[in-house]
Amino acid sequence: MATRAHSGDLVLTVRGLTKTFADKTVLQAIDLDVARGETVVIIGASGSGKTTLLRCINHLESPSAGLVDLEGRPIGRIERQDGSFRPANERELARQRRGIGFVFQRFNLFPHLTALDNVAIGLYKVRGVPKAEARERAAEQLMRVFLGEHMMKLPGQLSGGQQQRVAIARAIVFGPVVVLYDEPTSALDPELVREVLDVIRMLAGEGMTSVIVTHEMSFAREVANRVIFLDAGAIVEQGLPAQVFGAPREPRTRRFLEHFRSSLANVEQSDAQSKPETET
Amino acid sequence: MTIDWAVVETAIPLLAKGTLVTLQVSLVAGVLASILGFVLGLCALSNMRLIRGVVLGYVDFVRGTPLLIQIFLVFFALPVIGIRLSEIWAGIAALAFNTAGYIAETVRGCVGSVERGQTEAAKSIGMTHPQILVSILLPQAMRPIIPPLTNELISMMKSSSLLSVISVYELTRAGQAIISVHFVPFEIYLLLALYYYVLIKTLSWLSRRLERRMPVF
Repeated sequence: MATRAHSGDLVLTVRGLTKTFADKTVLQAIDLDVARGETVVIIGASGSGKTTLLRCINHLESPSAGLVDLEGRPIGRIERQDGSFRPANERELARQRRGIGFVFQRFNLFPHLTALDNVAIGLYKVRGVPKAEARERAAEQLMRVFLGEHMMKLPGQLSGGQQQRVAIARAIVFGPVVVLYDEPTSALDPELVREVLDVIRMLAGEGMTSVIVTHEMSFAREVANRVIFLDAGAIVEQGLPAQVFGAPREPRTRRFLEHFRSSLANVEQSDAQSKPETET
Repeated sequence: MTIDWAVVETAIPLLAKGTLVTLQVSLVAGVLASILGFVLGLCALSNMRLIRGVVLGYVDFVRGTPLLIQIFLVFFALPVIGIRLSEIWAGIAALAFNTAGYIAETVRGCVGSVERGQTEAAKSIGMTHPQILVSILLPQAMRPIIPPLTNELISMMKSSSLLSVISVYELTRAGQAIISVHFVPFEIYLLLALYYYVLIKTLSWLSRRLERRMPVF
């Protein structure tokens, strides 16, 4: 049933991912395949399990059941000699996570480090890259997200949009296989949303495999190769954005999109009005 | 009640010598206690149960027994197992071990209460638990640690008067020596209180200055 808008090799496969908190099932046996270079957007009401799905993929949250593989290598479990699996410990998990970039809703930058070191610290602490080289590579990524002039500032001195772009640079500096965006613009003031979406769109356009949870429907429609609608912890519908947004098959998808219809119109209107800004 | 001013005059320089010892003891014990306390505090946040258990046991012992008994243990009991320390080093060791337990609790509390998103972000870039504790959480916890840390150090400096019982010639002991010769307890104990008060006020003033200079996150 997996509809893929992209052919090509699968880099992320999720099988039967289930998450229960106490007696509440948040995710029910999710299957998800993401191909290299694909941009998958996950939409759904709050509480539908979108964020939990992302957090389970890189095991910030341990799934109750199910398997996650990145380029055919397991995430969150370790193969034993006899071919069976055991759960990965924190150290092993730390290594496995390095192929996955994660962008948080609330940025979660390290407030005691400059923008440059926020990006570089993973290289010099985790990868053992010499500090000077790590900073050089971090600087490249910051320029890529148009923050070349703000490298030496602390997060507290940056706007929300700038902070989120630093966080994106931090997530991509390793050259991850896939980047997971957890509502990257939900904590931003409306006028700062665009600069962040522009960067995500640019990276996706350059072939960065991305899984994006968002409430920005017009952005989703434009950037996605595939849209997934999640409801009550299950994938209800997925397909090309034109199909999911234009002609949703499932009544639940239709009902959900109804809520957005009016705001969607507004967004598109304001999109048309505002001219693309060049931010430094 | 008349105050024997002549004794007070002779006492002031004599007490200065004791003050110096109190300062030395407090400084050395304070540095050792802080180092040990930070290490233990971070260990208490380890994800290895055994390490956590050892630290919790240590803290529990320190908090559950009187300092005076701990001083006696170091001074009288350790020689039995072959560790013989001079009075002053036994005193320093006892104070340091005791205070380290309290500092460990402070460090554990402050480092552990840094916002959870910080740990998650650090995990997401592949940092290990010890790296997260040292490079991400501890630096952010430094400012909130300063006031309770100062309290522990002040408390330790006051407790250093207990070392008089194992004949460390610190401030209290110096005062008692004068009392035993001149029998002027009122004047001398009042003077001692004044000396300690000045020492402690100075320490808390220094701490407030340090706290103000630390960045807020």
